[in-house]
Amino acid sequence: MLSVRIIPCLDVDAGRVVKGVKFQDLRDAGDPVDVAKAYQDQGADELVFLDITASSDARETIKDIVEATASQCFMPLTVGGGIRTVENIRDLLNAGADKVSLNTAALNNPNLIAEASGKFGNQCIVVAIDAKRDPERGGWRVYTHGGRKPTDWDAIDWARKAVELGAGEILLTSMDADGTKAGYDVELTRTLSDAVEVPVIASGGAGNLDHLVDVLKRGHASAVLAASIFHFGDYTVPEAKQYLAKHGIPVRL
Amino acid sequence: MQSSHSNRLLGVLDYGMGNLHSVRRAWETTGAKVQLLNDPSEVDRHDALIFPGQGAIVDTMQLLKARGWDHFIREWIQADKPFFGICLGMQALFEFSEEGDTPGLGIFPGRIRRFSFDPASRLKIPHMGWNPVNFGKPTPLATAGVDGSAFYFVHSYYCEPTDPSLIWGETTYGPLSFCSAIARGRVYATQFHPEKSQAKGLALYKGFVDSL
Repeated sequence: MLSVRIIPCLDVDAGRVVKGVKFQDLRDAGDPVDVAKAYQDQGADELVFLDITASSDARETIKDIVEATASQCFMPLTVGGGIRTVENIRDLLNAGADKVSLNTAALNNPNLIAEASGKFGNQCIVVAIDAKRDPERGGWRVYTHGGRKPTDWDAIDWARKAVELGAGEILLTSMDADGTKAGYDVELTRTLSDAVEVPVIASGGAGNLDHLVDVLKRGHASAVLAASIFHFGDYTVPEAKQYLAKHGIPVRL
Repeated sequence: MQSSHSNRLLGVLDYGMGNLHSVRRAWETTGAKVQLLNDPSEVDRHDALIFPGQGAIVDTMQLLKARGWDHFIREWIQADKPFFGICLGMQALFEFSEEGDTPGLGIFPGRIRRFSFDPASRLKIPHMGWNPVNFGKPTPLATAGVDGSAFYFVHSYYCEPTDPSLIWGETTYGPLSFCSAIARGRVYATQFHPEKSQAKGLALYKGFVDSL
């Protein structure tokens, strides 16, 4: 049976992991390669690097990090953040990324999804959607620029469109839930997952292991992205998986 | 069994379908030497050929033909020389793929079909993630240490060999049990990605090199 995936996400700024990772026995908690290896040893199912580098001078560093990580970690690696063009995508895939995650650039130019998936295959194009409940219009509205700029898109409509254009997976972040540690937006995740054929990774709001159970069971997510609950050592990946297994969710132990 | 394989030379087909970094690094962990090969004229004293694949099969077939790899692979496999295909490198060995109605290399009878499920099942396509493989057929490549382990998959199409004796490994997705690996003689191919499957994947590659 196919397992659900547990995916730690590392924010990388100019080559360093930020939002501190606190593992015991980790030589350098700021080194993305060391952290990636530690998560591989824990049995994480995939990894995501989110490049939050603001300075364009430092943007090249993510490629070196991807290359170093791919040389030592034999697991799927997704890179997101600041990707604008087919050339950016090609560079990252050539450096050893398995998938790239597109967000603002895909909304500005939806054809980028079609172009990239046509060239490199749907399997390596993830479309990341940042969505927030819209009490006036109903449903959830899509935001760009790290959640700062509202768009006209409804999240469900945009997900359908992205998949039609060639997205192989959706990474869905609830802006309402993100950072609250109060749980994922299960309703958003379920509504969106049921609307598209491709897998949906739920993100934003994980505070404890019951939240993972909830979004996987009731939210119909195929995978969960989590940062702080793992980085700060609240739970290890094996602890999370054992907890899910106890609740009847298929995991790779 | 040898402890070191530094005298082994593997050739990885580099026909222009993208990044081979992970595949190369994964095979290097076996101790063997690994070379990327642009076209068949570069095949020399290689002990085995590795055929990685990703992307769309239409493009794969075009690129293979453009460099003369299609004939070369056919002859290599028909001579039962050691071969390991990965993902599209498994699918391309068959007669026909439903993906773009594309003829494959036709080395093995059978076709490549798209997953198709009742929408009520909520089974996702692509089949993406970790799923166990049951290796049901004894081969020179020892699978005792990895049988029943989960490997990493990402694909929307799967192989349906006409000859069931070709089936090496099987995997269950929803109501479907599909052929996730094939083996005949010294020729192996997997739908999953051993190079993305952490220790179990590397163990499978090591088993192949041990069997040479």
